[in-house]
Amino acid sequence: MCATCGCGETHEHRTVVLEQDVLAKNDHLAHHNRHWLADRRILAVNLMSSPGAGKTTLLERTIRELAGELPVSVIEGDQETQFDADRIRATGCPAVQINTGAGCHLDADMVARGLRELDPPLDSIVVIENVGNLVCPALFDLGEAAKLVITSVTEGADKPLKYPHMFRAADLVLLNKTDLLPYVEFDVDRFVADARKLNPDIAVLPLSATRGEGVADWLDWLRKRLAVHT
Amino acid sequence: MHELSITQSVVDAVLERLPDTKIAGVRLEIGKLSGIMPDSVRFCFDLVIAGTLLEGARLDIDEPSGRAHCVDCDTEFAVDDLILLCPCGSANVEVLAGRQLRIRSVEVV
Repeated sequence: MCATCGCGETHEHRTVVLEQDVLAKNDHLAHHNRHWLADRRILAVNLMSSPGAGKTTLLERTIRELAGELPVSVIEGDQETQFDADRIRATGCPAVQINTGAGCHLDADMVARGLRELDPPLDSIVVIENVGNLVCPALFDLGEAAKLVITSVTEGADKPLKYPHMFRAADLVLLNKTDLLPYVEFDVDRFVADARKLNPDIAVLPLSATRGEGVADWLDWLRKRLAVHT
Repeated sequence: MHELSITQSVVDAVLERLPDTKIAGVRLEIGKLSGIMPDSVRFCFDLVIAGTLLEGARLDIDEPSGRAHCVDCDTEFAVDDLILLCPCGSANVEVLAGRQLRIRSVEVV
């Protein structure tokens, strides 16, 4: 009997060395997305947060504020439903909904298909709203120019240390729902200090997507990134 | 549960590299700073390999420790925790090892 697999036969097993990165295929597709976007001078950002932090509300506001100045289009990722794409389309902005089913994150292949369907114009912004989840999306490169994390003050200031991968991967942190700060226990200084324990140079922009406080800084960040990127 | 899609990627990659080959074992390397739970991969592996040429294959996982370099005090240190703090207190560190997520080798029949 074979000692290795217990298959009942006498035979030799041969070891084949592969030394292959498991995420190589995703990273390769992300690289293609990055080129596809650069050729069209499109700034793509990957928006990530836990469910309910205000990704779609911030997007609705961003689209309204940039109307007539910068074209924005959106790839929406959710496990199920068209709810978010419907909300975005109601602002007059093109949106494609990707339903991941059992999946907990978007990957580069889904985004490639989403981009072909969306067909965004030259010199525009594409926002990829990832599945609400502070764990899995951090690992998957989509070909975006920047990863953004939104945390809302109602979630608690402990999120950076609880979800270190996400905050290490981020290029910008948006702290949303600041209009609720008088009603919740949320230590902004601790939140920023903890985020910088993981990511020393990270910028944190406090804002309220519903009331508008801080939104101008966020729009400036987008304009500057688009200018640098293109 | 990104481990399910990670495990599916492992199996897809093996089947792509070695088509029409019966596989008896797979050796992975999952670094302690990779953000992947080896136990979850083990759980998903048997589900994903069912009905493929990997069915019944053994799964071995090496879990190398993390190493990092502190930019502020210029020392190297071991770290298995995702909160990458140098013993000097600085968070300004570069990860040198521990993020690997690789298929090392397979045993073919």
